Amino acid sequence: MKAFAQLFLSLDETNKTNEKVKILKDYFNTVPDTDKMHMLALFSGRKPKRQINSTLVRNWAIEASKIPAWLFEESYHVVGDLAETMALLMPQNRGSSHKTLTEWIAEINALGTKTEEEKKLWLMDSWAMLDSSERFVFNKLLTGSFRVGVSQSLVIKALADITGIEAPALTHRIMGSWMPETYTYEQLVQEQSASDDISRPYPFFLAYPIQETSEKQKSTDELKIDLGEEGQWQAEWKWDGIRSQLIKRGGEIFIWSRGEDLATDKFPELHPFLQALPDGTVIDGELLSFQNGQPMPFNVLQTRIGRKNLSKKILEESPVAVIAYDCLEYKGEDIRHKTQAERRVILEGLQAATPFPEMFRLSALIQFTTWEELGKTREQSRAMIAEGIMLKRKNAAYQVGRKRGDWWKWKIDPLSVDAVMIYAQKGHGRRADLYTDYTFAVWDGDKLVPFAKAYSGLTDAEINKVDYFVKRNTLEKFGPVRTVKPELVFEIGFEGINKSTRHKSGIALRFPRILRWRLDKPKEEADTIESLRALLGE
Amino acid sequence: MAKKPLLEFTDKGIYCATGKFYIDPWKPVDDAVITHAHADHAYLGHKRYLAHHFSREVLLYRLGEINLQTVEYGEKVMKNGVEVSLFPAGHVIGSAQVRVEYKGEVCVVSGDYKVEDDGISTPFEPVRCHHFISECTFGMPVYQWKPQADVFADVNSWWRSNVEHNLATVIVGYSLGKAQRILQNLDLSIGNVYTHGVIENTNEALRRNGIKLNPTIRITQDMPKEEVRKGIILAPPSSVGTPWMRKFNPYSFGYCSGWMAIRGAKRRRAADRGFVLSDHADWDGLISAIDATGCESVYLTHGYTATFTRYLNEIGFDAHEVHTLYGDDEGINSVPEEEPTPHPIISKANGFEKSEAQVLSFGEDLGEAKKEVKI
Repeated sequence: MKAFAQLFLSLDETNKTNEKVKILKDYFNTVPDTDKMHMLALFSGRKPKRQINSTLVRNWAIEASKIPAWLFEESYHVVGDLAETMALLMPQNRGSSHKTLTEWIAEINALGTKTEEEKKLWLMDSWAMLDSSERFVFNKLLTGSFRVGVSQSLVIKALADITGIEAPALTHRIMGSWMPETYTYEQLVQEQSASDDISRPYPFFLAYPIQETSEKQKSTDELKIDLGEEGQWQAEWKWDGIRSQLIKRGGEIFIWSRGEDLATDKFPELHPFLQALPDGTVIDGELLSFQNGQPMPFNVLQTRIGRKNLSKKILEESPVAVIAYDCLEYKGEDIRHKTQAERRVILEGLQAATPFPEMFRLSALIQFTTWEELGKTREQSRAMIAEGIMLKRKNAAYQVGRKRGDWWKWKIDPLSVDAVMIYAQKGHGRRADLYTDYTFAVWDGDKLVPFAKAYSGLTDAEINKVDYFVKRNTLEKFGPVRTVKPELVFEIGFEGINKSTRHKSGIALRFPRILRWRLDKPKEEADTIESLRALLGE
Repeated sequence: MAKKPLLEFTDKGIYCATGKFYIDPWKPVDDAVITHAHADHAYLGHKRYLAHHFSREVLLYRLGEINLQTVEYGEKVMKNGVEVSLFPAGHVIGSAQVRVEYKGEVCVVSGDYKVEDDGISTPFEPVRCHHFISECTFGMPVYQWKPQADVFADVNSWWRSNVEHNLATVIVGYSLGKAQRILQNLDLSIGNVYTHGVIENTNEALRRNGIKLNPTIRITQDMPKEEVRKGIILAPPSSVGTPWMRKFNPYSFGYCSGWMAIRGAKRRRAADRGFVLSDHADWDGLISAIDATGCESVYLTHGYTATFTRYLNEIGFDAHEVHTLYGDDEGINSVPEEEPTPHPIISKANGFEKSEAQVLSFGEDLGEAKKEVKI
C-alpha cells in the first residue's frame, strides 16, 4: 500500500505528462505483478465492490476523529472529497503496515460476510496502522469512489514502454469484464487471440468536434479547407443515445456501453436480433428508444437506464433498438483495419439479412455534394432527434480512442436562455471550498423559478469572482446550499429540452452548462418561463 | 456589560473610543496601531502609525514617508488614558498582538498569528485578557500542521533532487514572512539562494532594521541563468506563470502555503510541489492560543468564523463572530487570481525609485493573499 499511496502523491506532484509516465513506470517496475493488475483495474475504472456502506464508514470516521458530526460535515464541504476529509481528520497513526495493495483489497473483499461489529473493529485497526497519505487511498478503495487524475492512456503508455506491446493492443486487452484476481499480468502480456475472452469489446473510436466552440461557427469554406473534397467523406446523423458495442461470439451475446459497462440484461428486446447474427460479429452503434418506429429524445431512454425491472409497458411502448453504424468484427475476424467504406458494405449485408429490421437499424447515409448543402441538412438535426452530423473519412480504418483526422462530429449550436443565479453550492475536487455549482432561474411573472443546475462553463477567474459574490450576498443557508441575492445573469446553453413532472419548472434540460456570464444584463432582462416553454415546440 | 465596550468594530476598523485610536484600520484615520506590515493590516493614509521596531523599515518601504512611532514588545504607550502595548504574534518578523488596558479591563487583538516558533519571527506569547479578538484563517479541524522541521526536510530534499536532475528550483511564498522563513531554514550546503526583486527589497528593508538574514543574491537581467539554476529561487506569488519565471525553464516550482493541505486547493495552484507551510495557527494552535489567554469572551474576525465560533461555544467558550475586512469570511481559496491594481505609492520610499516600489502590487503580501474585487 505504501507504494500505491506514494504513486498517488507523486502523480499529484507533477503536471508534466512525461514525468507522470515515468512515475507510472517506476511503480510498475517495483510492485508485484498482482499489484500491477489491481492498479490497472483501479486506473481503468474498475472499482472494487463497496463492502461497508458509506454511512457506516462516515460514522466510524467521525468517532475516530473525535469531533461532532456537524463539524465533520462542514469539513467535508471545505475539502470536497470524503476519503480525504476522513484521512485529514483522524489522529496520527499508531503503527505501520507493510501489506501490499493486493492484500488490502483481499481483506476488503473478505468483509462482505462479516458482522457489523467485526467490520468496525477491522476498520478502526486499519486506520490506526496507516499514515495520512495511505489512509487517503485506502478510504478511496473502501468507499469505491476511485477517480484518478491520470488518464488511462498514460497508464497504457507506461505499460507499453515496459512490455514492448503496442498501446492499441494493450488498450484492447484491458477492455471488458476481467477481474484483477483472475486475470494475471502474465496473461496480459502474452500473445492473445480474440477467443481468449469472448465477451471482450474493442476500444471505441471517438470523434473530435470540427468546431472548437459553438460561438465560433465554421463557414462552409473553412470546412472545405479543413476536410477537403466532399467525396472523401461519409455523413450520418449524430444520434443522441447510448453508444454501444454489440457482440455475438460462440453462441453468446454481449452488449457493452461506452463506459465499459456490460448492459446485456438491460436491453432484452435486443436479444433476438443479436442471437440471429452470425457468430463472430461485433457491431458499433447507438441505442435509442423508439415509438411507432420513430427515435425518441434521450430522456425517454434515461428513465429506464436506472431501473432494475423493466415493465412490460416500457418494453411495449418505447422499446430500444440499435442504430448501427459500424462493423468491427466479421466471421470472427477483426476488420478494424478495413476502410470505412468496406466495413459499411459488410454492415449493410448483415442488416439486410436480419429477420429483425425493427431492432437492427442502419444509420442512414446523408447524401450531399457540397459542404453548403450538408450545412443546410444539419439545420434539420433537432427535428431528426439528432445532435448534429458525423463525418467519417471513407478510406479510414477504425481507430482506438479519440483521434483527430478521420472522424469528426459537427454538432448543432446549443439552445440558450439568459437566467439568474439563485442558489450556489460548493464544488468537489479541484473546486473544493469554492462555490462552483449553481442553480438558475427564469421569470414566471414576478417570481424566479429554478429550472437548471450547471457546474461548468466559467473560467477559473470567473469562478473566483462568482464565489466572492456568493460569500458576500448570501440570503439564507440550507445545509451546504446558499440562497443568493438574485443579481448575476448567465447565458445557459443546453442540447435539448423536454417536459418533466419531476421538476418544479415542468421542464428538464439535456446537458445544461454556462455559455457565458452576461455582465451586460440586469436580472430584469433574464428570460421567462414562457420563452423556455416555447422551445418545447408544442 | 452595560458600560461602553473598550473596543468596538466599526466600518473603519477596530476602534477604541476612549483612547481615540484604531487597530489595523482599512480607512484613513488619525491614529492607527498596526499589528504587522502586510497590506491588509497596514493601509496607507493614516495620520499617525504605531508599530513594532522590526516593522519600521518594511512599513516605510511599503507606505512611504509616514508618521511612524515604533516600540519594543511590552513597552507601554498611553493614548488618552488607555494603555497600549505590543506582544509577539509569531506571524512574521515584527508582527504583534495589541494589548489594550483601561481601568483594569484588558482586550487583546491578535492580528495574524501562529504558535510554532519559525526561527525568525519573535515567537508567539499568550497574553492574559478579558476579551480576545482572534483571527481564525485556518479554523477548521482539517488544518493540522506538521512541525516545520519536517516540511523543510521535504523542501531541502526536493531542492537537492532538482539539482541532480538539472532542474531549476523555484519556491514561492509571500515576500514578507514566508520568504524569510524559507530562507532561514534552507540547507545552504546545497547551493545559493537567489531572490526576485520584490523579495530582495523586503529583505533589504529587514536588514536595515538589523535583522540578520542568510545571504541572498538578487536576480538581475545579466545574471548567467546556468548559475541561478544550481541554486534555489525565492519568488513571490505574483511571479507565477510570468515570463520572468518561464526563463528558468526547465524548472520545478514549489508553493508554500497552509492551503496546500487540501488536494483540491493544491491542484488549483498547479504547482509541481505544494508544501504545507503556514504563518497562521492551525486548528489546535488556535484553540490552545485562545485557551491560554484565559479570556471571558473571544471574537473571531477572519477565516472560517461561523464554524469556528459555533465549535468554541460548544466546548465552553463565549465566542462571537465579527465581520472585518481582513480577508473574507471563509478564507482565501476564493481570492480572485487576476492581477491586482498597484498600491498607490506617491512618494519615494527610502531611495527606491517609484517605478520599482510599484512592483509591489497591492495584495501581493496579504498573508495568504486577500484581495478586494469589484464585480
